[in-house]
Order: sequence, then C-alpha cells, then structure tokens
Amino acid sequence: MMPLTLTEKILARHAGRDAVRPGDNVWIDVDVLMTHDVCGPGTIGIFKQHFGKDAKVWDRDKVVIIPDHYIFTADRMANRNVDVLRQFVAEQKLPHYYDVGTDRYKGVCHIALPEEGHTRPGEVLLGTDSHTCTAGAFGEFATGVGNTDAGFTMGTGKTWVKVPPTMRFVFEGELPPYLMAKDLILAVIGDIGCDGATYKTMEFDGGGVYSLNIEERMTLCNMVIEAGGKNGVINPDQVTLDFVNKRNRSGKKYTVLKSDAGANFVYEKVYDVRKLQPVIAKPHSPDNRAFVGEIKGTKLDRAYIGSCTGGKMTDFRAAAKILKGHAVRIDTFVVPATSEIAAGLKAEQLNGQTLEDVFLSAGAKIGPPSCAACLGGPSDTFGRLNEPLSCISTTNRNFPGRMGHKEAKVFLASPLTVAASALTGVITDPRDYLA
Amino acid sequence: MSLQPTITGKTYVLGDNVDTDQIIPAQYLTYNPAIPEEYRQFGKYALSSVPPSQSGLPKGHVPFHTKDEFVSDYTFIVAGKNFGCGSSREHAPIALDAAGIKVVVAEFYARIFFRNAVNGGYLIPFESASRLCETVCTGDELRLDVPAAKLHNLTTNEVYELKPLGEVAPILEAGGLFPYARQQGMLKA
Repeated sequence: MMPLTLTEKILARHAGRDAVRPGDNVWIDVDVLMTHDVCGPGTIGIFKQHFGKDAKVWDRDKVVIIPDHYIFTADRMANRNVDVLRQFVAEQKLPHYYDVGTDRYKGVCHIALPEEGHTRPGEVLLGTDSHTCTAGAFGEFATGVGNTDAGFTMGTGKTWVKVPPTMRFVFEGELPPYLMAKDLILAVIGDIGCDGATYKTMEFDGGGVYSLNIEERMTLCNMVIEAGGKNGVINPDQVTLDFVNKRNRSGKKYTVLKSDAGANFVYEKVYDVRKLQPVIAKPHSPDNRAFVGEIKGTKLDRAYIGSCTGGKMTDFRAAAKILKGHAVRIDTFVVPATSEIAAGLKAEQLNGQTLEDVFLSAGAKIGPPSCAACLGGPSDTFGRLNEPLSCISTTNRNFPGRMGHKEAKVFLASPLTVAASALTGVITDPRDYLA
Repeated sequence: MSLQPTITGKTYVLGDNVDTDQIIPAQYLTYNPAIPEEYRQFGKYALSSVPPSQSGLPKGHVPFHTKDEFVSDYTFIVAGKNFGCGSSREHAPIALDAAGIKVVVAEFYARIFFRNAVNGGYLIPFESASRLCETVCTGDELRLDVPAAKLHNLTTNEVYELKPLGEVAPILEAGGLFPYARQQGMLKA
C-alpha cells in the first residue's frame, strides 16, 4: 500500500477509497457540520432555498449549532439571528443546540465542540467558520466552509474536496517556560507568510508538539488558516485519546488514523523550540513577525486575553502566573472562551487565590464567554476597539479593522507576553516577569 | 444560466492580502444574506475597512462608491496576492456581488473565498499570470474575454493573459454549486 499522510487517509476513507493523492477531487461524507449565529442564518436560507421549505437535515445527530459571535449585545439584528437559529432548531428537532440564555449556553464554538464531545479522531468536521481547523488537534480533518457549502452538506451529508498536499512542521525539544504554542505558530506563520500554506495541510509533529497539552495543540491548529492552510493536524496520541474519551458522551465509535512512515510531505521544517524566543505579530498581518525583544518598549493602550486561540484554561493559567499580585497599567480585558472556562476561572486557584480573583485584583475586566472583540462585532461588544488604539492581544488576526476601528493597531502574542505587557503598558518580554 | 462571454467596465485596484474583514467588516455580518433587502446592504459596506491609502491604487484615497451608496461604478477588481484571506464568511463575495462587481482578477486567492465565490456564482475569480495590480490603474476601462481568458485594458491598449478557470469553469458556467450538482445528477433536478 502507498504510504499516506493522516489527512490523505481520512479523506480516502470518507470517499470510500483505499487511497487518494494530492490534487484529486473527491466527494466525501461529513461526520459533523457546525454553524453559528453569524453564518447559520445564511446557511439555513440556502438549505431551504434549494431543498425546500419543509426539507429535513440529512442527519439530526450530525448538525451542531453554537451561537457564539454576537451574543451580549443590544443589536437587534444580531439578536434576530439567534432567533433564526432557535426557530430552525425547533423545526428540525436538533439535539445539539447550545442556546443563549440557558444553562446549555457554551460560547466560542471551536472550544465548545471538543468540550461537548463533538470532536473525534479520524472524522471529518466542517464548520462555517475559518477557525474550524482548530479541531485538527484531535487528529481529524476539520476545515471552514461558506454558507453555500454548508447548506449543501446540511441537505446531503456530503461535500467535495480537492485533496491537499501536506506540509510538515517538526518541533524538537520541550518548550521553555516562557514560550507557548502561540509563539510556535506565530514563528511558523512569520516564516511561510500568510499565504504560505494556501490550499495545503499543515501537520505538526515532534516531541515539542507531543509534550503540549490538548489546549495548546488546539492553539497550533487554530492558526493554520492565518497561513492560508486548508487544515492543520496532529497525529493522535494518549493525550488526545484521554481527552476525547472523557468527553465523547455519545459513545460514538471512531478510528484512530496516523500518517504512515514514508508518507509524502511537500515541505518540511524542523524547529528546535529550546532556541526560540517569544514571538509577536505586528500590525496589520499575522505574518508580520518580530521577536518580542526587538520591539519591547512599544507603547500600548490596551491588552486583551480571549478567543478560541487565546481564551482557554491554559491561556488564563499562564496570564495569571504573571499578573498575580501586580496591577495592570492599561485597560485589560479577559474573555473566557466558554462557560466551562468561565466556571474554571472561579474554581481554579493559584496559591490560594482563584484565577478570577487574580485578574480582578490586578484591575482587569472580565466579560462573559463569547467571541467578543476578537472580530470587532457590534459597537457595544465587550473590549471592542472603537477608537484607533494600540492593543496587544492573544487573538488570531490583526488585519486592518479586525478588532473594530480600521486604524487601530493590533499586536498578536502569547498570553504570557500579553500579561507582562499589561503590567507595564509597553510591549514586554515575559521573561522579565518569570523568575 | 451561463457565463457572459464578454464583460466590460471600469476597474478598482487593490493590493496584497485584502482580507475578509476589509472586504466586509464584522459589524455588518448581522444582515442575513438570505433576505434580499438585507443582501443589498452588503453592497453599501463592501471594502469599507480597506485603509484609505490602499483604496483605489496606485494613488489610493479613491472612494469605491460614488453616485450610488449601495452599488459601485466599478465592474472589476484587480488585486495582488492572497485575495480574500481570513474568515470563511460568504458575506465577502456577496458584498462584492451586491456592490456590482462581476469579476475579480488577483494573483491568487485564499481558498475559502475562492470556493465561496464559485459555489455561490457571485463573481468570476480569475487569476492573472503577472502582477496586474502594479500595471492597471483604478478607473481603467477593461474588457474581459471569458472563454479566451484574456483581459484587454481599453485605456492603455494593453492585453493581459489570465490563467484558465480550469476545473471550476463548469461550476461557474452552471451558476454555482447547486445548479452544477443538479446537472451532474448529484441532486434531484
């Protein structure tokens, strides 16, 4: 048998074939389709337009709807869009809906999906959001699609894909305490550019990756789209399986697939993580890389810790380590990705103080779980840059206007770097605060 | 529905990495494109987050909308690399369509934008063989010969080769993914 990469193997199985080659166009079966409040109404519109007003989704158990973008806002249109989701869920009797204002409300879809057991190795996950690639951390093929693709899948359970060639990024060595997955992925994006992986898979490998916890692996895969990648993947190991088995409440069976020895990679780069320094992306592109040390002292107006890529427990643990016992110098916004993480901030302690207390005592503001200001949103969004401020953020994009004002400057960095910079009001190397 | 063989009109020129937040800022994603009156609104805000210095190259500071607040005077967009990078929002090609753009000519596209443009049949995403965003000027009158993949600049009398549409041509000719899938027997007619 021809050796295959993990992505090729998943796509081949879902196309009912023994093997596929990069460049092949194949129709594949979809295991999970996810949509949210921003793209759900358009997707539902396309589904009804083409399959009929009374059509049913192809498999109720495979459609997951997670409102997360514009939730805590007075914007009538935004609230109307959640009503569109609600009505559709009721009509279709969909079991996997996480409604706003209920105990089921989750927050950011890419973190809610694994928490609620919708991510499993070897599966195909499509979502109407470009950061759907986050779930590649579970050894599955996960990618973002538009409304038309999602509407088609909703009715048929299928989609067509062009099999992507795979690029391989190997991280050797264990991360020093001042580095996080965010530094690794920003280094990669800086190296290959924000079009460096266009139409390709980015596979992460090496001891540096397998020593990361599952949340850090999600941060790596989350930002492959910032390099144009179609998907990101990490071969499953015991860390993956322990997480998935604990969360897979439905008990749905899955197949663990891995890249074969001798599989063909179109690109390979090896990083020794022990030699890396903290990395930052300057305005206005995620590939505008610098080492934090090169631009330290740059004045800031605001710090933001949140989103699918920077609002998980690991991110807040890191930030709390720096902020504990200190006071922030600039407005600092903390947004847990999900309600489970928000509860974690209240429950988990650092030397006798809850993480929530660490942040509040330092003078940070904590908002409710959602995508919030990562992508700007309506003008009353928590933490949104309504003026041309300079902000350092743990989020994933800094194109013009991304967090609100089109002349705002956004720097992307790890939670350690963001927390250290919040304390000084200028870009600061986290090593200054880590004993 | 089939593609018009010839498309003529004025062009608006942009640079590299024009992402979906610049094409349609997130605050306007509250409109639902499935509702026709709201679809029209996307045209009004198309390209509204492109920095002024990058709006309408080579000079910049050229408004995309002039006479009409919803529909632009331009038919073409000529851009550099990685057009449409960023989010998966289908609102991006929708906004350009609603603003009256029929063709984008970029060096290459971000994958999801390209796929959305083709799937919805919103506009024709051609790739140029050379870097046209530094050759063509905002306001130039262009004529596209779709089957020949040739772009004539009527203002400068130059002719540019475009890359063939290739495997997406039949989807665009059908009018998008759904009509194509019906033609192919994937869906009931």
